[in-house]
Amino acid sequence: MSQAPATEIETTFVLNGMPVTRLVPARQHLVDFLREEMGLTGSHTACEHGVCGACTLRVDGEIVRGCLMLAVQANGHRVDTIEGLSDSGELAALQSAFHERNALQCGFCTPGMLMAALDLVKNRPEATREQIREHLSGNYCRCTGYHAIVDAVEAVLEARREGAKR
Amino acid sequence: MNAPEKLPTVRTGYIGKSEPRPNAKRLLQGRGAYVDDLRFPRLAHVVYFRSPYAHAKLKKLDLSKARAQPGVIATVDGRALAEYCTPWVGVLAHLKGIKSPPQHAIAIERACWQGEAMAAIVAETRAQAEDALGHVEAEWEELPVVTDMEAALRGDHVIHPELGDNVCFRRELNAGEVDAAFAKADLVVEETYDFGRHTGVCLETRSILADYNAAEHSLTVYQATQAPHMMQDIFSRHLGIPEASVRVICKDVGGSYGIKVHVYPDEMAAAALSVMLRRPVKFVADRLESFLTDIHAREHRAKVRLAVSREGDILAFELDDLTGIGPYSVYPRTSGIEGNQVVNLVGGPYKHQHYRAQMNVVFTNKNVTCQYRAVGHPIAVALTECIVDPAAARLGMDPAEFRRRNLIADDAYPYSFPSGLKFERLSHHKTLDRLLQLMDYKRLRAEQKALRQKGVYRGIGLAAMIEVTNPSPAFYGVGGARISAQDGATIRLEPTGMVTVMASVTEQGQGTEGIFAQIAATAVGVSMDKVRVITGDTGTTPYGGGTWASRGAGIGGEAVLQAGKALRSNILDVAAAMLNEDKAQLDVAGNAIVSKATGEERLPLAEVGRVGYFRPDTLPMKFQAELTVTRHYTPREYPFAFTNGMQASLVELDPETGFVKLLKHWCVEDCGTVINPMLVDEQIRGGIVQGIGAALWEHCLYDDNGQLLNGNLADYLVPMAGELPDIVVAHVSTPTRTSELGAKGVGEAGTSGAPAAVMNAINDALAPLGARVAAQPCTPERVLRALGKV
Repeated sequence: MSQAPATEIETTFVLNGMPVTRLVPARQHLVDFLREEMGLTGSHTACEHGVCGACTLRVDGEIVRGCLMLAVQANGHRVDTIEGLSDSGELAALQSAFHERNALQCGFCTPGMLMAALDLVKNRPEATREQIREHLSGNYCRCTGYHAIVDAVEAVLEARREGAKR
Repeated sequence: MNAPEKLPTVRTGYIGKSEPRPNAKRLLQGRGAYVDDLRFPRLAHVVYFRSPYAHAKLKKLDLSKARAQPGVIATVDGRALAEYCTPWVGVLAHLKGIKSPPQHAIAIERACWQGEAMAAIVAETRAQAEDALGHVEAEWEELPVVTDMEAALRGDHVIHPELGDNVCFRRELNAGEVDAAFAKADLVVEETYDFGRHTGVCLETRSILADYNAAEHSLTVYQATQAPHMMQDIFSRHLGIPEASVRVICKDVGGSYGIKVHVYPDEMAAAALSVMLRRPVKFVADRLESFLTDIHAREHRAKVRLAVSREGDILAFELDDLTGIGPYSVYPRTSGIEGNQVVNLVGGPYKHQHYRAQMNVVFTNKNVTCQYRAVGHPIAVALTECIVDPAAARLGMDPAEFRRRNLIADDAYPYSFPSGLKFERLSHHKTLDRLLQLMDYKRLRAEQKALRQKGVYRGIGLAAMIEVTNPSPAFYGVGGARISAQDGATIRLEPTGMVTVMASVTEQGQGTEGIFAQIAATAVGVSMDKVRVITGDTGTTPYGGGTWASRGAGIGGEAVLQAGKALRSNILDVAAAMLNEDKAQLDVAGNAIVSKATGEERLPLAEVGRVGYFRPDTLPMKFQAELTVTRHYTPREYPFAFTNGMQASLVELDPETGFVKLLKHWCVEDCGTVINPMLVDEQIRGGIVQGIGAALWEHCLYDDNGQLLNGNLADYLVPMAGELPDIVVAHVSTPTRTSELGAKGVGEAGTSGAPAAVMNAINDALAPLGARVAAQPCTPERVLRALGKV
């Protein structure tokens, strides 16, 4: 890039339930802002071109790629990260199922994978094993072979369906 | 199944149990600490100006405009950095004749592959460093580019004229009477196979943060690495810092698979820049840089010939392998090992006694290749198993029965293979039986036949394999490399009754810390929640090799077991002194000292800790409590603890599109003692998926100018959840008798066998159409070409 450093724009949004206001470089990606400025290093950057899903975040309840969204675009919105959803307990069932089945090895893809899995659990409670695989296909895992991840998500879905019947 | 070994320590406690990994919890909450997560005062960021050409002379390099950009701290070329970092040569003495030129941290005036670092820009932020990159002015003179392995071998252009030719390493092997065996064969099958380059694609890219302390002339390096002690030695020698003043810390690592066990010029440069600039410097490769500079692997073209008798006995193998490794042999493990392994392993599961091989490793102007997960095995297994199938077909034999006839008998061990390899104990036949049962082979064959009548083309592929695990010093140490084949574990009883383990094998996500906690808890006699494991720090752990070549559990695990047993004995010494009783009457169980005869609790372990550390004055005058012990383990009896396994793939092929759908995959593996089945199974599955990637999708595509055409994650196809099948894993267990734990390695098993199984399945599906593929990845285009449709 040959341009001079970009101007900074005041940006206000709700981050993990807390209001945040910062002067943000216009060109800075949301995931970089979260990692570098807010110290939220649980969201990872692995491709920085929107393919691998390691930086998956939640904005207004929808999962997005933190490397494809600018931080200034978060202005006025609600952003949730792995840290926030861990603390709130929203991810607890998935985290426990991942742990019980060793649905992670190096853990680098895991925060993004959990975000994508939570989206499925919330929005497609009837998903089949094949649909789970399809839904998670935007999130690369290089360690596990995906089998245990699919098992873990399937177990959470089944437990929820069982719970709903009672 | 074999009768389990009579080893009391490994038949109780946590060994063999699917315990969840304690250290996974922090990763599940995003609380891991990967290198790029660390925050340091005065941290500077380095990015590299990389060659856009595969081979070119850098006639002029002007860094002055880049130096003047905002935030830039330094701009450094190869000559300036060479003052701080000496060059290296990637050769080993036991690979006779291997040669490679000196390689610098930053290349000096000539680039030999696209992506080679030519200058460093250091700035206060990474963004500023990247901004300044655009202001580097360079003039180049393009040089002839060698991309084709055969052209490299011919030496049309010699990349390093001072070496005389492009041959890095050559090996020939001639065992038995090969010509006579071929002469008397009833059937000779021959095929040439191509294997594309691919790479590891660790989700966490290569990362290093070097922190030089000028006052102490000491260096602390935070690095995503598999081998902290090896790197400590290398930083020390090439940066001129005493080894004891170099500390390498390896916190969480985001995948490695062999990618992070090599010396990379840009990482050495980051460390040298920290020394030069007397402040912490961080380098984190971006994904595009990863594709250009992380080691690639597996570019091979190999002709195999197989001699078979009418009855279906394999008489002899012959191999001619050619592999292109880029312009340098990678330091310190060399780029000769993969080809060497191919020569060692081809034909390995079978009982023939005649084998001839020749292999050439040649320099090219592409990125370097080196040891990636399963090193040579995927090639060797495919060369063996893909030539076996047509031989069986020509004789009208079922491929499973053909294998059964030729696999080394389970009672033939110890056994020497014609290439010189020694097998302690393998279980090919039990493994084959288990696999066929697991997949319901006969039913699948019947179903396949029925579906063919309906125009559905399914294929079943088998692949038997042998694997190198638990390497002894014969792998690297004998060749002069300062790479440790032994590992150590220190284990300490804490005053509270907790147990701390410090181990030299590292955690890359495979579960090292988890299984070490299982072993330690079992050996000492405590519950797993009482154990903490520390790895990845040369400043605190015993010296050792780290994680590579499927060695962590078998070597490091044995060290933990022996250390744990020694601590248990020392704890009992203290307890016996406290209770004034005979040590032989006491034991440690359930976090307490118990009576051996009755199991009755005598003392909580915390009481031993309290007295041992705070009230030793109450113990007998000449008694000293030793509540910390260290043990090491080196495999000595065999060069390698060979394992065996067998995989099967079921695919459905669409002859109109050439697309292959994976329906199911099976693996039966014999890694000896299975410490944690859940971890082992998923590690095998992950390995299988990397092998499937190689077989079907993954390929670093270069054009004739040496330009990488698909060096990003959108164009380079990494396997995704949606296109993969469920993978069934089962075990036969033949523990090695060379250690008490009995564990052999398993991390590379999946990757070794999957490519052959998948390619055999595809060719089985293609067989009724009279077509065959012999190149990986088996893309739809290659399938359609084989069918004559494009």
